[in-house]
Amino acid sequence: MAKRKDFSVTRLPGFATIALTAFVALYLPIVTLVVYSFNGSETVAIWGGFSLRWYGIAWDNTQVQEATLRSLIIAASAAGIATTVATMAALATTRTGRFKGETLIYVMINQPLMVPEIVTAVALLIVFAAVKVATGYTGLGYLILAHAAFCIPFAYLPIRARLEGMDLSLEIAASDLYATPWQTFRRVTLPLMMPGVIAGAMLAFVISLDDVIITEFVKSAGQDTLPTYMLGQLRRAVTPEVNAISTALLGLTVLMLTAFFILTRTRD
Amino acid sequence: MPTPPAVEAISARKTYGDGQAAVVALKDVSVQIGKGEFFTLLGPSGCGKTTLLRLIAGFETPTAGQILLDGNDITADPPNLRPINTVFQNYALFPHLTVAQNVGFGLEMQGRPRREVEETAAEMLALVKLEAMANRRCSQLSGGQQQRVALARALAPRPKVLLLDEPLSALDLKLRKEMQSELKRLQTETGITFIFVTHDQEEALTMSDRIGVMSAGKILQIGSPRDIYTKPANRFVADFIGETNFLSADLSGQTLTLPGGFRIDLTPAQTKGRQGQVTVALRPEQIRPADQGLSATVTQLVYFGTDMHSHARLSDGTEVVARMQTSPSGEAALHEGQAITLGFAPEAIQVLED
Ligand SMILES: Nc1ncnc2c1ncn2[C@@H]1O[C@H](COP(=O)(O)OP(=O)(O)O)[C@@H](O)[C@H]1O
Ligand SMILES: [Mg+2]
Repeated sequence: MAKRKDFSVTRLPGFATIALTAFVALYLPIVTLVVYSFNGSETVAIWGGFSLRWYGIAWDNTQVQEATLRSLIIAASAAGIATTVATMAALATTRTGRFKGETLIYVMINQPLMVPEIVTAVALLIVFAAVKVATGYTGLGYLILAHAAFCIPFAYLPIRARLEGMDLSLEIAASDLYATPWQTFRRVTLPLMMPGVIAGAMLAFVISLDDVIITEFVKSAGQDTLPTYMLGQLRRAVTPEVNAISTALLGLTVLMLTAFFILTRTRD
Repeated sequence: MPTPPAVEAISARKTYGDGQAAVVALKDVSVQIGKGEFFTLLGPSGCGKTTLLRLIAGFETPTAGQILLDGNDITADPPNLRPINTVFQNYALFPHLTVAQNVGFGLEMQGRPRREVEETAAEMLALVKLEAMANRRCSQLSGGQQQRVALARALAPRPKVLLLDEPLSALDLKLRKEMQSELKRLQTETGITFIFVTHDQEEALTMSDRIGVMSAGKILQIGSPRDIYTKPANRFVADFIGETNFLSADLSGQTLTLPGGFRIDLTPAQTKGRQGQVTVALRPEQIRPADQGLSATVTQLVYFGTDMHSHARLSDGTEVVARMQTSPSGEAALHEGQAITLGFAPEAIQVLED
């Protein structure tokens, strides 16, 4: 976009104040959270000196261990499913001629972004309850499916963006050079769309990792994920253990999102 | 049995879109291109050159008509089953592969052994003088180098036909001249049939064995560069290729009456049986000052160094341009406002189709 030289938002009155307020509002709570995760005292509110004590406690807590493992399994499976579906959907919506109902499909894929999460949660609760009665299956499958569903648009958007930015003549060139449609996909389309696919998968993973609402509704007894476990803890005594877990989660998310931005920015 | 042409299009028609928005990009084009020929499709932008190439390559299916390769109908074959390769206007090199991998891609997809792929790729890179770049990424190459990689990549599988869609249009003038002779050399060395697309008439004239001049979805004339230039079939071809003067004249028998009443006799090959009102073309370089000819008044003199363009007005008001040699001193023998008689050989006259 062309920049207008004579106009700069930084010169508007109050710019610095507003910017500063926004940054403080955004980051002060997080900084507090992180700082207090190194709190040596028994309670969150009172500073008891620097210590890694609560990290140790969280690390040794079998409930935390189990919830973490469960969260990772669900996030990895859901991200895997969502990315596969999203990749196929992105290919179908960018690599075919325009077809009737394309907009409708686009809306359907992105439905989870528009329907309030609580509605989806209740709906899933009702459907899965019926399925549970019918099949007797009570495993992690429900959570994985539910997470996969709401992760699809997050995986879809970066993949689609990547595909749209790709030069179609590369695929035509491959077919000109004797590649079958499958070879064209394997040797040209897939490698070129890979940064988008990885970005989509990571975004889906992160979104699944911190979901509370749908998980809370869909999970069976003893199926706490890390976020729902923490929510449960907050209802009782609040210890800096929650800060420690949150900080660890934050670290992981920041890491993945950084990788996401690096991947989506590489254009060749 | 005579050998069939390398490529033949039979009444190939292509319509994009449908209903109100339909665009007829090709209107029943028929053309035969011989084995080992350097054939050029020449025409202004939007006349359907790329569309015809895409039909031959198989990227599009014709709405009607057929495409033959060595006499076999390939209309329904997908591009990967046609032994035809393309040099794309934007090169379309694979950014995730090295130069050598790009060049070897076609052979690899054909399932040739690895050793052969590598050897042929190296050979092709040598042919386009890019051996040193084999392991670079394509994005690290200059435009001219990318162009040569695209060429090597398309030649490596030894296609029966090579299609080149305005391959030189993105290059600067000097590089373009270089690549023109390079392409010509490669075509002679490999003996592959080249179908070359350009909108540059000079490029077409200097490189081709034959030229097909296109306009608005049709091929208007097919012929050698000399034929196209000296015997344009119609006004569009005469106008598009080089500079031309158009004169209205009257044919009666073999006698042509030009503006101002000047008469000459034409051969039957020139008149093609036409009678009455006709338009004739006369190239500026065929006109000289003479004792007999068209009476005109010099209106403007433009000095070009190698020659002088004299603009003159005929008695019926038609503007005519004549190219005349400059004298060694560079001085003009003419001056503006002077009355002059413009002479030419009768063979220089081309009677045009309507
Ligand atoms: N994919 C397409 N969809 C619709 N119209 C097209 C398409 N490709 C080409 N055309 C139209 O067909 C005509 C011929 O185009 P093209 O073959 O690209 O011409 P050229 O290569 O001679 O410039 C043009 O009017 C162009 O707008
Ligand atoms: Mg074109």
